[in-house]
Amino acid sequence: MDMAATPTRWVRTKRELGPIARLFDWKPFLVFICLLPAVGLLLVFLTYPLGLGIWLAFTDTTIGRSGRWIGIENFEFLLEDKLWWNAVFYSVFYTGVATVLKFGLGLWLALLLNNHLPFKSILRAIILLPWIVPTVLSAIAFWWIYDPQFSIISYLLIETGLRDTNVDFINTPWSARWSLIFANVWRGIPFVAISLLAGLQTISPSLYEAAMLDGTTGWQRFRYITFPMLLPILAIVMTFSIIFTFTDFQLVYAITRGGPINSTHLLATLAFQRGIQGGQLGEGAAIAVSMIPFLVFATLFSYYALARRKWQQGESDD
Amino acid sequence: MTDARINAADDQAGVDHALARKVSAAAAAERMAWDTRSRRMVTIYLPLACFVLILLFPFYWMTVTAFKPNAELYNYRENNPFWITSPTLDHIYHLLFKTAYPTWLWTTMIVAVCSTFLSLIASTLAAYAIQRLRFKGSQYVGLAIYLAYLVPPSILFIPLAMMVNWLGLFDTSLALILVYPTFLIPFCTWLLIGYFKSIPYELEECALIDGATRVQILREITLPLAVPGLISAGIFSFTLSWNEFIYALAFIQSSEKKTVPVAILTELVTGDVYQWGALMAGSLLGSIPVALFYSLFVDYYVSSLTGAVKE
Repeated sequence: MDMAATPTRWVRTKRELGPIARLFDWKPFLVFICLLPAVGLLLVFLTYPLGLGIWLAFTDTTIGRSGRWIGIENFEFLLEDKLWWNAVFYSVFYTGVATVLKFGLGLWLALLLNNHLPFKSILRAIILLPWIVPTVLSAIAFWWIYDPQFSIISYLLIETGLRDTNVDFINTPWSARWSLIFANVWRGIPFVAISLLAGLQTISPSLYEAAMLDGTTGWQRFRYITFPMLLPILAIVMTFSIIFTFTDFQLVYAITRGGPINSTHLLATLAFQRGIQGGQLGEGAAIAVSMIPFLVFATLFSYYALARRKWQQGESDD
Repeated sequence: MTDARINAADDQAGVDHALARKVSAAAAAERMAWDTRSRRMVTIYLPLACFVLILLFPFYWMTVTAFKPNAELYNYRENNPFWITSPTLDHIYHLLFKTAYPTWLWTTMIVAVCSTFLSLIASTLAAYAIQRLRFKGSQYVGLAIYLAYLVPPSILFIPLAMMVNWLGLFDTSLALILVYPTFLIPFCTWLLIGYFKSIPYELEECALIDGATRVQILREITLPLAVPGLISAGIFSFTLSWNEFIYALAFIQSSEKKTVPVAILTELVTGDVYQWGALMAGSLLGSIPVALFYSLFVDYYVSSLTGAVKE
């Protein structure tokens, strides 16, 4: 009887809190209130602009004049636009090369960090620095490093006798393209390395011990234990990396602004140049929208190519 | 040790696999011999040193340039460029007193702090609702919020610029404060869902039995336990909004309302002769707040980064 009495008494005190408190204890209302700020903000400033952007891509809107529907004219124009094809080529090239380098070097760095090392946590903190510092600011540092006259790399190469003249980093198309890729890889390695290191640390050492007893080589242990165990994390990190490399803007805008001779335009910088600076909002939106198919493809590819492990083992996707 | 074990196993094995085992044992022995101190030096410490050197060099170069007088800066013949013979505070002085740099820093700070708070509140509530209130379809809401993170700002900035214009927010910090949560909320919610998962549900059940309301439970039980998660999400949001560039570039026009990354690139780069000393000083000063903030909470940062990836 006592036991039964206690809850009733509590319920009564709860009722005394008044109708507002009771309303907040009513689950549907609480769910609604809790989700309202997040979902509201995302709907207004993410979903709606996404739709608006797609709609804009089919209009001839410019700054100061609302456009009218012109169908796929913008896209037809882009398909004949050499600059757009250039940007598509460089975006794909930039993403492909940078991703391969980032993941190759990042994995190597993660494997190195997975050893027993002195000052491990300090080392980890230092390695993450390039990723913490605002991209634009480190990009400006790279711009200075790539300076045609006072580049420190040129100085080193000339001092060591490897070259006679300054290296022209950002004033010819191909060297500019590679210089930007290097800067992107520099910034991306820490993120990849630290994420993969976390994955490496979850692999049970007993697997390696068992493999050692079977007399495996280091390569075999990497190939048949480390790599498959890392795949799920690799898939997620790679999806993110590809998406954000493909849509990169800051690095290119800060270092070359798409030059020389428009050779380093990514789709995002081209969209900015046409849409915001040139005022052709419709055309800019069309360029931005043209990134979507690539993104969907890249996401699906990296997800299904790499995250196979889950369904191979018959686990459900959680 | 493993070597010895393999050899022992080798001895016990029959003649059948003797050959195969011997080959692998020999390989193992060889490998162990390779793994001596000097080998470790070459395979681990040397590459690691190269990585650290390359990853840190731009920062070193930034610092050196920021404190070098112009005479040294543009004369590599007579001065070793890697060192400063007569350090100067000229560039920093120029930056702090001749430009609007302090205003830019202040604006960036306000924007970063406000948008971090806004997204922390929104994502804590959302994560709590999704993970703990368990309503019908909560999984799908969680998935939708996660997918929102995959929409890059490069696709959204043109329509958002139009919207900001319609709302009369063009050229105001408020525009940035309202827009930044679009990429902060998905990340924080995701991180906090993972964090709430790790808090035992039994604690909340006990509180429910004791007659606590849902709001009391959130305020007095779940939130205090989730403080480390909140700190991680806060640090992440702060650094992300400090670093944001494209929205700030597209939405802000007047010089004094710009954020540091945008202002350095658009206000300090004037004409054909770049003031590299001032540019580098600006980059250095602009990096210091995030670097400081980060170094104070580096463990939270790393755990949130890796935790979010593992989720």
